[in-house]
Amino acid sequence: MATTAVPIDAPEAHAGPPVERPDFEIVPRRGLIVVAVVFVGLVAVIATNKLWPVTFLHVAGGAAWTTLDLFLGFVLGPIIGRMPVPARIEFTTRLMPKMVLIMPTVVAVTLAAGWQLANLTGTLQSGNPLHGWIVASFIVVGVLAVVALGLLEPANIAVLVELKKPRPNPAVIEGLMKRFIYAAGVLGAMQVATLLIMTKLASG
Amino acid sequence: MGSLALILAGGIYLSSHLPQHVPLAPAAVLLAASAVLLAGNLALLARVDGFAWAKFFEVAKWSLLAYAVISGLIEYSFVRNHVSGGPLVVLTLSLVVFAVHVPVLIGFTVARYWDVEPAPADA
Repeated sequence: MATTAVPIDAPEAHAGPPVERPDFEIVPRRGLIVVAVVFVGLVAVIATNKLWPVTFLHVAGGAAWTTLDLFLGFVLGPIIGRMPVPARIEFTTRLMPKMVLIMPTVVAVTLAAGWQLANLTGTLQSGNPLHGWIVASFIVVGVLAVVALGLLEPANIAVLVELKKPRPNPAVIEGLMKRFIYAAGVLGAMQVATLLIMTKLASG
Repeated sequence: MGSLALILAGGIYLSSHLPQHVPLAPAAVLLAASAVLLAGNLALLARVDGFAWAKFFEVAKWSLLAYAVISGLIEYSFVRNHVSGGPLVVLTLSLVVFAVHVPVLIGFTVARYWDVEPAPADA
């Protein structure tokens, strides 16, 4: 999971009156309804255990995860870094709450459906010629999970909590957002590896 | 993060062997090491003066709910695919540690930057 790198690193913003921020929910409550619908669908697909819906969920979830990670990390992040601070804050308070819901959802769907798909197609069996590629994908996902869950998601939540304060501390936000910049390279490499592995699995 | 890496390594080890027979010892060792690290981290955290515990629990409890749901979905996938016996026990315990670990990380990251009121002078 990743969110955009949005360095709000303007100490001068703290010298004057508080920077105006739109009111926002750290976790958008209406979005929880969409998440619930997706998770119910996931449970139904796993229960019925049919190839097409399982493949759909895994491919759709995985594509969303990979695209978001790469686009946010390498395209949107640098653009936002060059925006004026008020625009950066406005954008961050609108984007990051959505990412709090979107990323865990696509990751959970991708992983659960992926496990189901590997069972259905037999690639989990150690005698399957593609088994090694499956294990490689587990390792790649493991690295992604450590970075995303251990570093980025806590920073995501902490930045949003800081932005909710009457006078957010830019140094705190800057320090937390640096995690996204440092992690972008690792995430990018892992996502490219995922693309290589998944296309290999799909083509046999 | 080390504890998180250990628990994920254990899950990867088990997942890469299933549905065949899998020796549980390496996974059990990784699970135990992860749990010990997590417990140690929590013990050290409990000794920090002025830590924003109210904020920690406020954030961690909601994160725990979210990760309990996610862990439940992953568990369901394993059970649906007839994982049972020792591997299921180790996987379940790993998911429990995972579901606790991430909320602790999130709660700690928020709380460490939360302003804490100084203790009264006559305390």
